[in-house]
Amino acid sequence: MKISFILNGKKKTIDVESGMRVIDLLREHLHLIGAKEGCGSGECGACTILVDGESRLSCLMLAAQIEGKRITTIEGLSKDRRLHPVQEAFVENGAVQCGFCTPGMVMTAVDLLSRNRHPSRDEIREGISGNLCRCTGYQKIVDAIEAAAKDMKEGDAE
Amino acid sequence: MTGTAAPRLDAWAKVTGRERYAADLYSDRFFWSGAKRAGIPHGKLLEVHTEDAKRLKGVVAVLTSADVAGSNRVGIIRGDQPVLADKKICYAGDPVALVIAEDKDILQEALDLVTFDHEPLPGVFDVEEALRKDAPLIHEDNPWGNLLRLVSVETGKGASAFDECDVIVEGLFETPFQEHAYLETEAGWAYLEEDGGLVVVATTQTPFRDRNEMALALGIDAEKIRIVVPYLGGAFGGKDGITVQCLLGLAALHTGGVPVKMWLGREESFLASVKRLSAKMHYRLGVKRGGAFHTLECKAYFDTGAYAGLGETVMTLGLEHAGSAYRIPNVTIEGSCVYTNNSVGGPFRGFGVTQVTAAMEQVVDMAAQRLSIDPLAIRRINAVEKGDKNCIGVTLTHSTGIKKCLAALSEHPLWMEREGWKMKAGQFKKRGVGIACMAHAMGYPAAVPDFANAKIELTMEGRFRIYVGIVDMGQGNASAYAQIAGTILNQDQGAFELVQPDTGRTLPSGSSSASRTTYVYGNALIIAAEDLKKRILDKALSFFKTARSQDIVLGPGGIGHREGKKKISLKKVAELFGETERTCKAYFRVPAATEMMDRIYLGPHIIFSYGAHLAYVEIDTLTGCIEVTGYLAVTDAGSVINPQAYEQQVHGGIAQGIGFALSEEYKVTEGRTDTKSLATYIIPTAMDVPDMVSIAADGVEETGPFGMKGIGEISISGPVPAVANAVADACGIRVPRNPITAEKILQALGKQNKQERPR
Repeated sequence: MKISFILNGKKKTIDVESGMRVIDLLREHLHLIGAKEGCGSGECGACTILVDGESRLSCLMLAAQIEGKRITTIEGLSKDRRLHPVQEAFVENGAVQCGFCTPGMVMTAVDLLSRNRHPSRDEIREGISGNLCRCTGYQKIVDAIEAAAKDMKEGDAE
Repeated sequence: MTGTAAPRLDAWAKVTGRERYAADLYSDRFFWSGAKRAGIPHGKLLEVHTEDAKRLKGVVAVLTSADVAGSNRVGIIRGDQPVLADKKICYAGDPVALVIAEDKDILQEALDLVTFDHEPLPGVFDVEEALRKDAPLIHEDNPWGNLLRLVSVETGKGASAFDECDVIVEGLFETPFQEHAYLETEAGWAYLEEDGGLVVVATTQTPFRDRNEMALALGIDAEKIRIVVPYLGGAFGGKDGITVQCLLGLAALHTGGVPVKMWLGREESFLASVKRLSAKMHYRLGVKRGGAFHTLECKAYFDTGAYAGLGETVMTLGLEHAGSAYRIPNVTIEGSCVYTNNSVGGPFRGFGVTQVTAAMEQVVDMAAQRLSIDPLAIRRINAVEKGDKNCIGVTLTHSTGIKKCLAALSEHPLWMEREGWKMKAGQFKKRGVGIACMAHAMGYPAAVPDFANAKIELTMEGRFRIYVGIVDMGQGNASAYAQIAGTILNQDQGAFELVQPDTGRTLPSGSSSASRTTYVYGNALIIAAEDLKKRILDKALSFFKTARSQDIVLGPGGIGHREGKKKISLKKVAELFGETERTCKAYFRVPAATEMMDRIYLGPHIIFSYGAHLAYVEIDTLTGCIEVTGYLAVTDAGSVINPQAYEQQVHGGIAQGIGFALSEEYKVTEGRTDTKSLATYIIPTAMDVPDMVSIAADGVEETGPFGMKGIGEISISGPVPAVANAVADACGIRVPRNPITAEKILQALGKQNKQERPR
C-alpha cells in the first residue's frame, strides 16, 4: 500500500507492505538507524519516535498508522547541524554511556518538555519511566533533562 | 586533561543517532540468519530435520552440526559448548540448526519448520542435587561428574580457630541468576571477502580471543578471520566470549559472498546468553569480644549451568574476595562450581564478588549486632590496610583505601543524620540504614598474562589516531584513552580519532573486562604517546633556530618555541615523517603476583579497588513494599581521570545492584525460563533508583595511568548487602535470598509478629 507522511520535515510517499512495523520501515527501508529495537514488545522504549509531536513506540506501530502524520526521529531533531538543547544537555551532563537507549530517551525527553516546560526531578523520572537504560542509573539523564529545561527557549520544543 | 570532567568523545554520534552499532549494518543485498533453539533442557540429539525448511522459498541454507568443519566447540577454558548441538542438548538455549534466509519473516517461518528427534534425559537443576552420586551426568567425559571445579583455601588455623572466638554468627545466603539485560541484544554482520577472508562485525568484548576460538571451532585459519567491534550497546560481561560470532561466521561460508546479518530478539537473547552464576553460600564468622574478626568459614556452590564458559574463574574470583575488605587470620573457603541443565553461567560485572559480598557483609552486620558494636565501627576495626594480608593470605602491597572510604562515609550527612531520618518515618512505614564494604580485584589472575598493545598515529592532517585495542562496551574507556593521550601530547579532545577494535587494524590487548580496560591500555598508551611526543619534537626542531628539543613545546595543533612566537602546525611536522615513523606502539603488562601462585586457582590478584556504601530504605509494613530512597558510595579506585565518566560507572553499578537487590531474578524452572522478557524480568526504571552520591576517596595507585585503578565493577557489589542490612535495621528481619521483594518482606514480618505475640 502507498502511504504519505512527513518525515523529519519532508514529505514522503512510499509503497510498503501494510503489516510492516514502523521501526522496520525506518531502519530497513529509510536507512534511519537511530531508532533502536531493544525488545520488540513495547517494554524498553529504545524505538521511541515522535508522531505529531508525541512520543510513540515505533516497534508497536504499523506503517499504515502513520498515514498523514508528522514523524520526527532522532535524525530530524538537530537543525542545521546544531544539536537540540536536549541532545546538547545529554552530551554535557554525561547522560550517554553505551548510547543504545539514548535516541529513544532523547525523544521521550523532548516530548516531556513540550508538555511540561519545567518538570521537577520526580516528574522527569516519571516521564522517562517507559524508557529503560541499563548503564547510567538514570541520574545523569535526569540531570540532563533538568538542564535542558533551563536552557530551552520557547519554540525549542521540537 | 586528566582529572577534569569532560564529555565523552562518543557522545555526539550517539546522541544524534548516527553511531553505527553492530545491529545497524544493512546493505542493498543481505541475508538474515538465525538459530533454532532446542527448547528442552536435557536430551540425546538423534536427528535434525531440515528438509521442510530447505524447501521454503527464500531460504538460502539450513545448516546443522554436520556442516561445521572444525571442532564445533567453543569455551575458552574447557571448550565444551557446541556451535551447533551434535550429540546432546544440555540446556534449552542450545542451537540445533542455523537458518539463512532472504528476509526476517521467511527466517522465522523456516525456523519453525526445523524439527529434531531426541531422547529426553532426566535433568538436574540444583547444584547440591547435581553433586549426588546418582545425579544424571551432563558432560559424561568430565572426570568429576557434574563438578566443574572445586577450589579450597585455608589460612592460619582454619576452622579450628572458631574455638578461640567469643561470638560466632552464621547464615545461608543465596543469590539468583542475574540477566545482563543490555539494551542492545547480540548482533552481527559477516561476509566473505574475495580472497577468502572472513569478516565478522559483532557485539563482543573479546575480539582477539574470539578469532582463535572461531578458527578452531569452524576449522578456518585464524589469520583469515577479521573481527571488527563497533561501540557496544552495553555488555556488562554478557558479551565476553562467543555469542553470535561462530554462527555468523558459519553462515557467511554458505552465502556465496552475500553479507549475512544476525540480531537476536529479546527472548532469544535471554534464553541463549550467559547469566550471573547463582550461588548458595554457607557463611560462619567468628569474632573476638572487641570486634576483631578471627575466623571465617565460607562454603559456596556456584551454578555454571550447562557449560563451563568462564564459570570456574567467576567462582574463583568470588572466593578470593570471600572475606570482603577485612583482615581475618584464620580462614576456610571451599567453593564448588557445578554443571546443571540451567542457563549457562558467565561473567557479569562483579564476577563472583557480588555474590560473596552479599553474604559476607550481612554476617558482618549480624556479628556487630551480637556484640552491640555499631556496623561502621566493626568495619573500621577490621578493614585492611596496605601491608595486611587479605582473606586468602596474600599481602596487600598496592594502594589500599578502604579505611579512607569508611572515614569519608562516617563524615557524610547521610551517615551523621541517619537517626533523625529514621525517626521521621510515616505511619505504617519503617526506615532503615545499611552499610557494606567491598573490594574488587583488577585485571586477570596472576597465571593469565594481562597485557595491552597501544598504537597511536600522527595523521597526515596533523591529528592523532588511537587504535583502540580494547572494546568500549559503553564504559567510555575509548574516550579515556583520548584524554590520557591528550594530556601527554597537550592536545584538545577534538584532535583525536578513535579506531575501534578490529583484529585487522588494532593490536591485541585482551578483553574488555575485569576492571582492566583503562588501566592496562592506558599504561601502554602513555608509553606510546610519550614516544610519539619525543619523535614529533625531534622532527620539529629543524623548523626552529635551536638544537635543543627542550626549547620547543608541543601544544594544541602545533609546536612553538618557548620564547619566540613562531608556531609550526602538526600537519607540517607530519609531512617530515616517513609512513611508519608517524605511528608509535607500546606494550604494557600488568604487575602480577609472583608468590603464592598455588594459593588459589590461576593465582592471586594484587591490585584491588575498594568501596563503602550506604543505603537508606523505607518499608511499607502493610504491603511489604520497599524503596531505596538514598544511596552513598565512597570508592577507592585511585585517582580519577574523568570525574564524569567515573560517576557514570558508579551510578550504573549501583543501579544494577539495586535491581539485583530488589527485583532482578532470572527464573528457570526445570530448565525452562519463566522470565522471558523485560515484562517479567524487572530491571530498574528511573523511578526505582534514588539520586545517588558518589565520592572518590583520596588515593593514588602508583602503578596506574595517572594514578587510577579499576572502577567498572566494584560498585555493583554494594547494594545487595547494604539494602539487606538496611532492611534488618528497619524491621529486624533478614531476607537471605535476593531479590528482597515485597512478598518476602511481608512473609518475614508475619513470622516476626507470630514470634513476638505475647502468650
